[in-house]
Amino acid sequence: MLDLIWLIPALPLLGFLVMVVFGRRLGDPRAGYFASTMLAGSFVVTVAAFIDLLGTPAEDRSHVVTLFEWLPVGNLQVDMAFLADPLSIAMCLFVTGVGTLIHVYAIGYMHGDPKFSKFFCYLNLFACSMLVLVLGENMLVTFLGWEGVGTCSYLLISFWHTRQSAATAGKKAFITNRVGDWGFMVAMFLAFGAVGSLSFATVNGAAIQGDLAQSTATAIAVMLFVGAVGKSAQLPLYIWLPDAMEGPTPVSALIHAATMVTAGVFLMVRVNPILSVADAWVPTMIAWIGVGTALFAATIAVAQNDIKKVLAYSTVSQLGYMFLAVGTGAYVAAIFHMITHAFFKALLFLGSGSVIHGMHEEQDMRKMGRLYWLMPVTAITFIIGWLAIAGVFPFAGFWSKDEILLFAFADNVALYLVGLLTALLTAYYMTRQVIMVFFGEARWTDKSAEHGAHGDAKPHESPWVMLGPLVVLAVLSTVGGFIQMPFSETTERLGRWLHPVVEPAEGIGEAHIDGSWADEHIFVLAIIALSVAIAGIIAAYLVYQRRRVKAVEPAILENAWYYDQTVTELMGGPGREAFEAAAWFDANVVDGAVVGSGRAVRSAAGGLRRLQNGYVRASAGVISVGVVLLLAWLVIVRGIV
Amino acid sequence: MSFALTVPAPTETWYLVLGAVLFGIGSVGVLVRRNPLVLLMCVELMLNAVTLSFVALSRSVGSIDGQTAVFFILVVAAAEAVVGLGIIVAILRRRPGVTADDLTELRG
Repeated sequence: MLDLIWLIPALPLLGFLVMVVFGRRLGDPRAGYFASTMLAGSFVVTVAAFIDLLGTPAEDRSHVVTLFEWLPVGNLQVDMAFLADPLSIAMCLFVTGVGTLIHVYAIGYMHGDPKFSKFFCYLNLFACSMLVLVLGENMLVTFLGWEGVGTCSYLLISFWHTRQSAATAGKKAFITNRVGDWGFMVAMFLAFGAVGSLSFATVNGAAIQGDLAQSTATAIAVMLFVGAVGKSAQLPLYIWLPDAMEGPTPVSALIHAATMVTAGVFLMVRVNPILSVADAWVPTMIAWIGVGTALFAATIAVAQNDIKKVLAYSTVSQLGYMFLAVGTGAYVAAIFHMITHAFFKALLFLGSGSVIHGMHEEQDMRKMGRLYWLMPVTAITFIIGWLAIAGVFPFAGFWSKDEILLFAFADNVALYLVGLLTALLTAYYMTRQVIMVFFGEARWTDKSAEHGAHGDAKPHESPWVMLGPLVVLAVLSTVGGFIQMPFSETTERLGRWLHPVVEPAEGIGEAHIDGSWADEHIFVLAIIALSVAIAGIIAAYLVYQRRRVKAVEPAILENAWYYDQTVTELMGGPGREAFEAAAWFDANVVDGAVVGSGRAVRSAAGGLRRLQNGYVRASAGVISVGVVLLLAWLVIVRGIV
Repeated sequence: MSFALTVPAPTETWYLVLGAVLFGIGSVGVLVRRNPLVLLMCVELMLNAVTLSFVALSRSVGSIDGQTAVFFILVVAAAEAVVGLGIIVAILRRRPGVTADDLTELRG
């Protein structure tokens, strides 16, 4: 079965190809059923591969399937090869699983859209790219998927491209991602230069055996982190993710939960031996950027009024947690949080989509309220997602966030405190959102007048094709923590599963905190985290439900610390001039050399072609003169008579 | 009264001078004439001038090699005349009264 893992990305690819040709004929909703079936097929294959891998001994759980030679160029031998190991299969499980649920949901959400089949076409390609990224055996195959998700995100974010803001957001995502891609590419060049191979196994192996110089490893790690920062929306490249909300909601869910943004974290975990060999400041920098982003985005989320913008900033914040985990050597915790986050963030996004759908495309939370009684299923599932992301026992987010904070505490108490503050804010802004959307007073009734022609102005519950995925994700968000519980060796299932990948050798990879103060007082830390979460919830309850305290939503937070405006001003002013200077240099000096030599050849040829006038006697004359000159040379210079 | 017309015995130089004169006539003809047929005749004249030089030199050097070369030239000239005439006839059929200066299709 493991030899068939190429089917995992191939099935959505087939779906994409079929829908490119026959999409319009399949139409609404059959294209949706078809696309969902294809991804569900991938899920089935993944589960089979997972079971197969479970049956092999832990140290042999790494299977490479080579499809064909991709680039046999001199020393650069790159195969189109897929790697089935605990990490890639774990990723595939939730990418295909959550992805399928989102596909099914989208059948209901996109119903009636004129570009229905095209949407599913892109959606399948997106899933395919992500699976190629995850399964790649070498950096280039991963990079192929990496670029693929970038392209698909562009296509999907600007799906409603007649809207100016959507078109701009798509471009923004694409261009910001290119900055990160540059880092990934440089890292590939460095790795190939140092090791002579792009295969993850070879590069990681060189790091484990000490064949990789520390300076090289540092450079590769930093460059890969630049790539990860772009793709996973960390400071300073996070700006594309909140704008990605312009896409249809299932796309937001797909980008934020199952695919795309997790790619950066995945990449860091994949190359963890390089991070171990790299200079000590690299993991520290990663941890600080991660926790800094987490806090930064959480503060912004506190003052957002768009239902999806809150969730977008919370994604940036949660990804910050994952990088905090990577930086502190808690790779298992990073993957664990990625999985639980995939569950509850997909749930929250799909729930918000259901709300938007029920509110007739209204996204402003100030115009919602009291929807609990009109959309009970959406509300209850959303509340489960809220409890999970806020870190309330026993929901999934509690376990994963707690593990990250545990490692952060063992590494540096300052990291822990910032992480804890972020957890407080997370609980606060999520509670604020739940109250504003589902409770409080109804602020939407006044719209019925202007919606008169619409007929049904009252918010309504969504169809079951949308609610079904919500229920499944709600269950997963509730019990997701089950896969990794910090009680004993046996309950740390994910840790045991990932062990061969995250700790390939002694002293490489996963940090060990056994015996530290944090490890021995794990319950104290858990209770602190839980009380912080509850404190955040109570604070938001008092502010937004009871209105005991006036809400603090300063304009600077609502405008995201004016980060976007600053970037715009910098890039539009001095940045633009610098780019124009570079463009001038390129057009005049670099291109000038190329174009100039071409022009020189052309004008010389223009002069010479006059000789070829086509007259027989001219040619004969030239031949005669040539013969005379040749004879003269022979006689006078060479002296042959 | 008898007119004793004493003709000096011709030497190789005479033949070489005759060859050079014929070659000059031929090459000037190629350069100045425009009738394709005349051009071909001039080329033949040049070839025959060279042939004459070969024979004369062969005799003065006392080697048979020059005369052997003449046979080759005769054969090649015959073949060349056939091909050249064929081309010229074909051209004249398509464009009657054409001159060499009108045939400038190979202009650069």
